[in-house]
Amino acid sequence: MGKVINIQPVTRIEGHASISIELDDQGDVADARVNIMSLRGFEKFVEGKPAEELPRIVNRICGICPWMHHLASNKAVDGCFGVTPTPTGHKLRELMQTISHAEDKLLHFFFLAAADFVIGPDSDYAVRNVIGIVKANPELAGQVVKMRQMAKMILDKFSRKTIHPVAGVPGGFAKPLLEEERKDILGKMRQILDFALFTMDFAKKDIFPKYIDTITSLGVINTGFIGTVDDEGALNLYHGKLRLMKPDTSHVEFAPEDYADYIAEKVVDHSYGKFPYAKVWDEGFSMDLDNPKGMYRANTLARINVADSIATPRAQAELEEFRDQFGRPAQATLLYHYARLIEEIYACERAIEILEHPDITDPNVRAKTEPKAGRGVGCVEAPRGTLIHDYSTDDNGLITRANMIVGTTHNLGPINMSVNQAARLLIKKGEYDEGSLNKIEMAVRAYDP
Amino acid sequence: MTVKVASEWLNSCSGCEISIIDMGERLLDVLKVADIVHLPALMDNKYFGQLGDGTHLDIPKADVGIISGSIRNEEHLEVAKKMREQCNIIIALGTCATHGGIPALSNSYTNEDLMDRYYHTETTDDDGKGYPDKEIPALLDACHAVDEKIKVDIYLPGCPPHPDHIFKALVALVQGDEIKLPEKSVCDTCPTIRGGKGKITKIKRFLEAPEYGSADEPLDKMQCLLEQGYLCMGPVTRGGCGGDGVLPRCISARVPCRGCYGPVRHNGNQRLDMLNALASNGINIGSLPESVSLLRFSGGHGMLRPGFKKKES
Repeated sequence: MGKVINIQPVTRIEGHASISIELDDQGDVADARVNIMSLRGFEKFVEGKPAEELPRIVNRICGICPWMHHLASNKAVDGCFGVTPTPTGHKLRELMQTISHAEDKLLHFFFLAAADFVIGPDSDYAVRNVIGIVKANPELAGQVVKMRQMAKMILDKFSRKTIHPVAGVPGGFAKPLLEEERKDILGKMRQILDFALFTMDFAKKDIFPKYIDTITSLGVINTGFIGTVDDEGALNLYHGKLRLMKPDTSHVEFAPEDYADYIAEKVVDHSYGKFPYAKVWDEGFSMDLDNPKGMYRANTLARINVADSIATPRAQAELEEFRDQFGRPAQATLLYHYARLIEEIYACERAIEILEHPDITDPNVRAKTEPKAGRGVGCVEAPRGTLIHDYSTDDNGLITRANMIVGTTHNLGPINMSVNQAARLLIKKGEYDEGSLNKIEMAVRAYDP
Repeated sequence: MTVKVASEWLNSCSGCEISIIDMGERLLDVLKVADIVHLPALMDNKYFGQLGDGTHLDIPKADVGIISGSIRNEEHLEVAKKMREQCNIIIALGTCATHGGIPALSNSYTNEDLMDRYYHTETTDDDGKGYPDKEIPALLDACHAVDEKIKVDIYLPGCPPHPDHIFKALVALVQGDEIKLPEKSVCDTCPTIRGGKGKITKIKRFLEAPEYGSADEPLDKMQCLLEQGYLCMGPVTRGGCGGDGVLPRCISARVPCRGCYGPVRHNGNQRLDMLNALASNGINIGSLPESVSLLRFSGGHGMLRPGFKKKES
């Protein structure tokens, strides 16, 4: 065996990972692997805790998408206790979720990913970051910080605590929305929608065309996709059926509670995180680049690939333009960024729709619940993919069993494949530089893990 | 003058880093005086050199080192020690770093318990090859607060710490001033109405909305949630969660406190103090469904241990 290149830590991502690239004696890539570096054990330590407390414990799985864990957990506890949240309780949960999506995508696109495109993938690592963007383009950076902060502070002000939220409760939501709050949030969401449309235009004019060769080559792999759709087959982030699509677009649909019949997780020796695959395809598990088995992807590109349409007009128009150019399903990994900006528009439009619903200020936001034995599966689309929380409770409503499949987890196999593909593309005969190693990381960053 | 800052996240969720970003436009002011030399969440500095061929983990020298997250595996420990070596001042940012945080709930179990469950869930394809052990750091015996392993100079608790406090601390450091953070309890900063002892005898679970008037009624018209019979960790939890001049966060959402700023005194025991507070007010502590959760933010420092729960019951 030749040398090993350690990209550690993978940076400008939202979690903790490293990449090991093994070169053979000729200096070509023998293998490349992504390592997930730690294990916290939530599935075990929530056992014995009162189920209604879980939405306030498991949100700590992720500080970037705590609303997603908070809401999936609330839905799972609703299921355990057999309670149906009030209609407005559901709407306030979805409102918080969509605004959180809108905020998260601005954060990812501008704070984490943009430096690779705006400053450039081969530029000096010391300035290839958001601080570099602040210095190079202070006007745009100021606008980004302001808009992202506006979205974040809507959540903070209304729900009172937005990093590790507490306002979702089994049976609905903890507090109603007042009319003056509704008007204030609506005005702000319209401004954020304008900024989302501006961002899309900016990316379509100044970023994507410039990098089209990179987009169509770097990290490209061939997989299936998973995402949530409503009864009409349209994209939905808060509820619906799960659609699991093969690369040829044929698909199966299932209720979230049946997830274990469709997907399974493989234990691999180089990562604490398990690698999911489509068990229902009955072809096994392989990350072979030419002949992958069971590999499917989640997150933005997956959702817009599996959805037949998007139910809001501006996002639908963007989806049509995207499909005309890249087809369905689009497989190029860097198109995750493009899909992210389409979803950004949807999230803003959907939040506005919810705020314009006549029931949204109804004070009946929370149904009373009783602890009991049961099972509940809560599923929402997190920014990073389909999020599943599955709990069982005893007669006293204490947790007896918990299983969770977190958004990014679905993509661990595909991320590993994209890194392998990018490494083979960029490292040949022992020749590589800082720029090529950063481009390999760009194949990871697209997934926003 | 500018201050060199290095920042690391260990066994963490990124919430503390997002709270730094939630300083909003103040972040742009901070960037004018802080020269950030290492911050994996936002910058590309690598441990083993930019070409990935170094043999020793390295982090640049800095005046201030910020560490979020607890210490759970060998890599966290190595990074924490390197940060201590390279930074003049170490700040433990967030309750995971100061007290273990939510992940320290795992301290009630052995590593084998955690792995036996995680690698045998109903969706796990167990091919009998054992647990992962290649290219990944081994877990330590428990989830440790940062000061169990290295010396900490400044503690900024909170899950996450409020952006106002992060801003205040950074400004004080740049100006060479003393950092002043709230030292009172959540109750001391909570305006709800308190009538006095003896009205309730047991704790109810938070399964329905507490009583308050209309939706827009201010917090100082609502009766204390503990006096309404709900478990509220306010008496034994450090205050300040609402930032400058803002009310306790959870309570103003009409939801009781769960203790995310950790104990009022750094080495306090939230579980013991809360059980004492309940008992001394004539409340039957047997009415709690369990009590490990009272240490859900502060199970580091050996407070939670495997078998602890069994011994208690």
